[in-house]
Amino acid sequence: MSMSPPSSQDQPLAEQAAGNGLLDRRIFIKHGIALFGAGGLAVVSAPSAKAADPSSMPPWMQFPGAGMSSYGSPAKYENKVVRTLIQSKPGTTGSGASRTPIEALDGMITPTSLHFERHHSGVPDIDPDQHRLLIHGLVKRPLTFTVDALLRYPMLSRIHFLECSGNSLSMFGPTPPALTCGQVHGLVSCSEWTGVPLRLLLEEAGADLTAPWLLAEGADAAAMSRSVPMAKALDDAFLALYQNGERLRPENGYPVRLFLPGYEGNMNVKWLRRLKVTSAPIMTKDETSRYTDLQADGKSLMFTYPMDVKSVITRPSPGVPLQAPGLYEVSGIAWSGSGTIKHVDVSADGGQTWAAAALSDPVLPRALTRFRIAWKWNGAPAVLKSRATDETGAVQPTRDALISAHGTNAIFHYNAIQAWQVETGGEVKNVYA
Amino acid sequence: MSTRNLSAVMTSILALAAYASSMAQETPNLGRPATPAEIAAWDVSIPPDGAGLPPGSGTPGQGAVVYVQKCQACHGEKGVGKPNDQLVGGQGTLTTKSPVRTIGSYWPYATTVFDYVRRAMPYTESKSLTSEEVYAVTAYLLHLNGIIGAQDVMNAQSLPQVKMPNRDNFIVVYPTKPR
Repeated sequence: MSMSPPSSQDQPLAEQAAGNGLLDRRIFIKHGIALFGAGGLAVVSAPSAKAADPSSMPPWMQFPGAGMSSYGSPAKYENKVVRTLIQSKPGTTGSGASRTPIEALDGMITPTSLHFERHHSGVPDIDPDQHRLLIHGLVKRPLTFTVDALLRYPMLSRIHFLECSGNSLSMFGPTPPALTCGQVHGLVSCSEWTGVPLRLLLEEAGADLTAPWLLAEGADAAAMSRSVPMAKALDDAFLALYQNGERLRPENGYPVRLFLPGYEGNMNVKWLRRLKVTSAPIMTKDETSRYTDLQADGKSLMFTYPMDVKSVITRPSPGVPLQAPGLYEVSGIAWSGSGTIKHVDVSADGGQTWAAAALSDPVLPRALTRFRIAWKWNGAPAVLKSRATDETGAVQPTRDALISAHGTNAIFHYNAIQAWQVETGGEVKNVYA
Repeated sequence: MSTRNLSAVMTSILALAAYASSMAQETPNLGRPATPAEIAAWDVSIPPDGAGLPPGSGTPGQGAVVYVQKCQACHGEKGVGKPNDQLVGGQGTLTTKSPVRTIGSYWPYATTVFDYVRRAMPYTESKSLTSEEVYAVTAYLLHLNGIIGAQDVMNAQSLPQVKMPNRDNFIVVYPTKPR
């Protein structure tokens, strides 16, 4: 089988969908194996194929392999795919963040072991038999629940992204950070979460459902707490007990966390131990001095809950270069805290022309959505961008538009279009363009 | 519509209503009643009106002693910061290229200082301070920021009355977000 790029005659020039080599998104469906089966579609950064000598069997075909294992782990060859940029300030081990290497992943689900982390006082080692959830405040019957009790309630399963509102904050800076895609944008992950609708427990406690707020508090050393609108609690909030089929990992809130689909990560209180129904927000540290968005005029936006429509190309990206000129799949993720992704447009000429990318099913509300588009790279420098639109019609802004609206001091809720500069050798750089 | 049909319709409506109300109640009912003592021990959140603030009091002078022992290693002498967050100063910087967000320049409510210090500080031994110590440290930090006087006493009555300098600069955007 030939592994060389297809000759120019193989290329359906009529399929051009936007400038500088972007091809119609249907090209994969229409041509399928016929076009790409001959090795025409290069896999970004895949090692060059070595010619296999059919007369010499590799050792793994000559001897039995390893036995079964009680809990699986990735192939040893994938040991560089790890959470990155793990930083804590001195003396505060466990307070900080780790980021998902989104440039190394595909599909819509983030492996649980690679889900980003953001902790305010480390990961507590909670004995589930001793953990309790208290529901009190404006309720007729204050109640406590054991974890075993919660596990007996009717559950729902939802696939949702979770994004820290501080994701991509380095992009507010004056120069583009020379980091990988995950190091810049990797405070977002997506899982299947399973748990108990919050409404059920509030009703059992006889909560005043007309009370406008409730406080959610975690059982970590910081007893991290946020005020949650009752409207959200009654709409689609749930207490997650399982993530991707197994019980929550400690760093994701074991044994139980609050889940508020589409809301900024900090609101999804981990290690949940207390819900207090209240008539007003408590004004905790994290909803006043921390997760508020300072604007250029010195005012700050407070209670900016839904994460905004956003997308980023994960392949190619810094550290995930192109090789020889040829046909590539450009791939990335898009998401919105306000619903489903309607479409993602991709540009290979710095935003002069755009083509619609294909969205991989399933396309779900408040979930990562995988987009893909074929690109025939001619080997010349090019600027790649992606731009997402959600079901409300909200469109991802340019960086200039975001900064002119919100300034450079906001820290939180950065969702601008990302530009990657592809250089002649195939290397990819983060640029403001 | 005949009476018979009407009655059938009414019966189904009543059945539907009964079903809907039973749906709202239908849980395994495994919550155990919480006692007032349990709730009191767990409920440490303090809203801006000060509801739930414990008895006790503290002054900036008393707080300085606690601060040096329990806070200074991380937050620097008199709250200047380093290696961790700066707690004092920064007023007038919020519109500059390098805003400094401190208790004095940014935090909108004094009650939040009490709530947060009590639940989360000192970092390596949270919840170890007495109510008196938390009032005192809160008073010290407010004084260092020029918000209260050196002799002012912070307690359940006085703390909610403190007006923070940046109080009026927050725009609540929920439920309508201007983006």
